[in-house]
Amino acid sequence: MKIHEYQAKQLLSRFGIAVPRGLVAKCAAEAVQAADQLGGACLLKAQVYAGGRGKGGGIRRAGSPAEAGSIAASMLHQRLVTPQTGPEGLSVSRLLVEEALEVEAEYYLSLTLDRERGRYVLIACAVGGVDIEETARRAPEQILRIDIDPALGLQPFQARHIALHLGLGGSALQPSAGLLLNLYRCFWELDGSLVEINPLAKTRDGRLLALDAKCIFDDSALFRHADWAELTDHSQYDPLEVRAAQSDIAYIKLDGRIGCLVNGAGLAMATLDMLTECGGRPANFLDVGGGADHAKVVEAFRILLTDAAVEGIFINIFGGIMRCDRIAEGLLEAAGETGCRLPMVVRMAGSRQAEGRRLLEDSGLKVTWADNLADAAACIVRQLS
Amino acid sequence: MAILVDNNSRIVVQGLTGSAGRRHALLCREYGSQVVAGVTPGKGGTQVEGIPVFDSVEQAVRQTGADVGLIFVPPPVAADAILEACAAQLDLAVCITEGIPVRDMVLVNRMLRESRTRLIGPNCPGLITPGACKVGIMPGEIHRPGAIGVVSRSGTLTYEAVQQLSDAGLGQSTCVGIGGDPIIGTSFIDILQLFNEDPATEGVFLIGEIGGSAEEEAAAWIGRHMRKPVAAFIAGRTAPPGKRMGHAGAVISGASGRAVDKITALQAAGVEVATGPARLAEAMQQALRRGAGS
Repeated sequence: MKIHEYQAKQLLSRFGIAVPRGLVAKCAAEAVQAADQLGGACLLKAQVYAGGRGKGGGIRRAGSPAEAGSIAASMLHQRLVTPQTGPEGLSVSRLLVEEALEVEAEYYLSLTLDRERGRYVLIACAVGGVDIEETARRAPEQILRIDIDPALGLQPFQARHIALHLGLGGSALQPSAGLLLNLYRCFWELDGSLVEINPLAKTRDGRLLALDAKCIFDDSALFRHADWAELTDHSQYDPLEVRAAQSDIAYIKLDGRIGCLVNGAGLAMATLDMLTECGGRPANFLDVGGGADHAKVVEAFRILLTDAAVEGIFINIFGGIMRCDRIAEGLLEAAGETGCRLPMVVRMAGSRQAEGRRLLEDSGLKVTWADNLADAAACIVRQLS
Repeated sequence: MAILVDNNSRIVVQGLTGSAGRRHALLCREYGSQVVAGVTPGKGGTQVEGIPVFDSVEQAVRQTGADVGLIFVPPPVAADAILEACAAQLDLAVCITEGIPVRDMVLVNRMLRESRTRLIGPNCPGLITPGACKVGIMPGEIHRPGAIGVVSRSGTLTYEAVQQLSDAGLGQSTCVGIGGDPIIGTSFIDILQLFNEDPATEGVFLIGEIGGSAEEEAAAWIGRHMRKPVAAFIAGRTAPPGKRMGHAGAVISGASGRAVDKITALQAAGVEVATGPARLAEAMQQALRRGAGS
């Protein structure tokens, strides 16, 4: 689960990490007011769920409140394209208006999961403000990785070791180590998947502040964070993806014409591979879940049909212990309700296969039954060509 | 023979009284598995279709000699259930539960190092030794006893592969779904090692997908140690980068986790990689032919 920079900064400051003074603006007038409160000169930062904003014109400097207003007007309600958004960009509905600081040095800090070791790792680098992947290529020796034993948590001596690696010794040592311990506490308590401060800045007057912050949380931990639901900015996602997520359906819109409905993530990926191999272009990835039931199939079908680009439907359900007749009933219900007249190819494996097939074939809909994945894919591609 | 589970495995189902636990426990028993106990804290002393329910795994083990745990409890309490299985010294714990927070699994993973229990999963279909023992939610009837070991990160895609293998006359020694989460108890390499030592297994089919580097690590291990023919399929060749494809683990970030790199690594290790999802059995047959020839 992603959140905006301004929200990430609010969370960090709740855990004792200093951030620049800033205010959120949803219109030009609010930006003028914010700039005024911050003393005139300020930064305007587009709030989108993607990095690389600087390269896409998503971070601008204003010298006065009036200038902040006109820049804000040109940024708000536009789509921002950055190297990480894809060509369609993301809509900008809010700006973070922030004080501009005199920065002496910039560092990189992050906490994330090391999948190979099954542990959290803290990554620190004395070069901040640039893409960490770039640093990893150019100067890997500058990057320090500290493995954290989850039973112990980040230890103070480790935090001091990291601070020293960053060159934050002397009077800066204890405050920097404290910041690192707070960062770990924030990451752990909030079920972080990624918490990144890039850059962490040391100002001329010796303060340490998170100039930029990115937090991604573990969706699976939602049950212990009741306050997360209201943090999400749905405008950053495709509306269909949002709707699907509410029914626990994994849906990702693609740019083809064949609407896909599959159970299981691996099989759904293989289905896209299969269609592509046959020369077809899938309109979406859709996983109704390994043990999809009637209601979920109906909702998945509705979501599929909402995409106007869909010209044909491909259903691949390896039910196994699920009953094909139940799934067929769900499909018919959804098709009836939506008035769907599109050609449909169904591959279904599981118990009561014959009953499921009969239900579909007797329905009067344009349904073709296929016995295996290869035939099914070839069939839908042929029907749409 | 086969690996991990056989006729003698005695299963305790954690979460037996829940709807999924009950349903699948009974299906496992129908398949022929010995489901000897269930555990639901607070419901000890009751029973489900003749299966006695206990308040703790430890009690179930003491009274029934259970050695394999099958876990169906909801995500918020799943880590606790796994740790309880470890504390009761089960040989194997199989966790079907999907959606366990990563933080919980980081802790479980840490404790597993000090435990004698092997964890399969979480977020997996379980495992089956065809004709002998099913510990999971897979449809039993698509499997045939035989000599191919199957190991997979996926659920329904494994069924697809098994169906194709069975249809082609290639029965299976044991099929293991290791799970689609970022942190899992047993890796491809662990299972490959077991298949390598198992006299009943003559060849292995590996099913991977985009995300992480488990397939690359498996490829490196196969290149150095595997004495049996291996075929593989990697799902997600056409997946768009940066999107999470259903499984929490299946996301291509930056240049890592891509299908093409996994395929290249496997091929370099001598693995026969299926060129498409409809040619899984074909790839296995090809690997067996090549293995016999070399």
